[in-house]
Amino acid sequence: MIKFEQVSKTYPGGFQALNNVSFHLEPGEMAFLTGHSGAGKSTLLKLISMMERPTAGRVLINGHDLKRINVRQIPYVRRDIGMIFQDHRLLMDKTVLDNVALPLLIEGYSMQEARKRVQAALEKVGLGDKLRHYPMMLSGGEQQRVGIARAVVNKPPLLLADEPTGNLDPKLSSEIIKLFEDFNRVGVSVLIATHDLGLIARLRYRTLTLRDGRMINDGLQEEG
Amino acid sequence: MSLLFRSRQQGAQQVKISGFRRFVMFWVHNAQQAVASLGELARYPLASLMTMAVLGLSLTLPATLYVVVKNTETIGADWQHASEITLFLRKDLSQQEVSTFHKRLSLSNDVESVRWIDKNEALQEFREASGFGDALNALENNPLPDVLLVLPVANKRGTAQAQALAQQLSNEREVEQVRLDLDWLQRLEALLNLVRDGLLALATLLCVAVVLIVGNTIRLNINSKRDEIMVMKLVGATDGFIQRPFLYTGVWYGFVGGFIAWLATAMVIWWISGAVADISELYQSQFRLSGLNFNEMMVLWLVAIGLGLLGSYIAVRKHVRTIEPQ
Repeated sequence: MIKFEQVSKTYPGGFQALNNVSFHLEPGEMAFLTGHSGAGKSTLLKLISMMERPTAGRVLINGHDLKRINVRQIPYVRRDIGMIFQDHRLLMDKTVLDNVALPLLIEGYSMQEARKRVQAALEKVGLGDKLRHYPMMLSGGEQQRVGIARAVVNKPPLLLADEPTGNLDPKLSSEIIKLFEDFNRVGVSVLIATHDLGLIARLRYRTLTLRDGRMINDGLQEEG
Repeated sequence: MSLLFRSRQQGAQQVKISGFRRFVMFWVHNAQQAVASLGELARYPLASLMTMAVLGLSLTLPATLYVVVKNTETIGADWQHASEITLFLRKDLSQQEVSTFHKRLSLSNDVESVRWIDKNEALQEFREASGFGDALNALENNPLPDVLLVLPVANKRGTAQAQALAQQLSNEREVEQVRLDLDWLQRLEALLNLVRDGLLALATLLCVAVVLIVGNTIRLNINSKRDEIMVMKLVGATDGFIQRPFLYTGVWYGFVGGFIAWLATAMVIWWISGAVADISELYQSQFRLSGLNFNEMMVLWLVAIGLGLLGSYIAVRKHVRTIEPQ
């Protein structure tokens, strides 16, 4: 599903965020990406969502080299990737319905057609009754779940999450992770970047570990 | 079609919308976005109205000048006969000789028409109109000469040609005196050209100003929605999708601005029409200032909308692309 081949990323100014990183995430796989802050987790996710381009190496999604995707095609790549952020990036002046419907409206749905799927996505994250609310009226955990609903509403084959449990207590965190497990069960590939080691330890998923831009463990060989 | 996942279908295909329906929906979406932009403007009515007023009032000045030039041109057209050449004939000619000369001139290639003012008729008319009837009766013979009014053919009405023709006619045996009043017409024409050129320059400058003002307003608009644009880009919105509301905002600026320009132009013309009526009364003319007609109003409106759209397009092209999600 996601394949990195000797990927390096150096930012203008000389900071090397990723150094010769290679790994392969199989279709339908769920994995954690971990490492201390500044290790390159965010950069790795940005390379997948095409917010950045690699300096060297190749990034492939479903066998397609992202190098061949031009600027005008980037939006279409992002429609295939559900993205979840620590700060959830909701539009505060729009209702939950409008927020979650956004990816559908972009794809050309009418609001009537979108509403049914928005309702379904919100039911899935347990917020079926919050359609008319504004994000400010919701708790942090609820806002995060609205973000997840928005990421999955157009049923992308790939979910990326950047510190999705960052601001949440352990109980809420495990609820969020359960949601990801549910999506993974129906075939969605999931990659979650987190430094919540307790969470990773409780769940026995493949864990990719970055340190100073290098992949020190791709989760396939036993730690020695 | 999804770029990366061949089997994955995008929204419109997934819910099985026909091509025709999608075409209709495209326009429905556009209409919805247009209305949404209008709603957005209505949230800040004062700021929006100010931009619209700037646009409208900037167009009022060239529109009013245009009306003035247009009206002056109609006056000029009425006085096309100014290139008419007046021939005062010698008084010793017989009726027969005048008639022959009249016919000879009428047949000339340079002449479109010749009007003969018979000296007896002229005297009669003068007697009735002037109130000097009794005094004129005291005269033994008619002091007035026969007059021929010669209108050159269309391509000989220019200043130089008309003068040449007048020169030529003055050599005729029957002609006592030739008069051609062109100077003031030339001056009027030169003045009109000056105003027309000035109008063009002024209109161009003001249009550029309008585009810059709208562009700047839209730029501020875009910047205030930076976060929203980033989120939209993150969930896969194309630049075109993000741009559309801003373009509609520009169109609305023009739409309402054009309307303001109509009103303001009408008011200015109403304001000066009183003064114009006074002047034309002094010249014993029935002249009345005519405002913008329907076609001209539509052109003004389209220009306003076009400028609004152009301003927002420039801003949007430049700024939407530079906002990238972090």
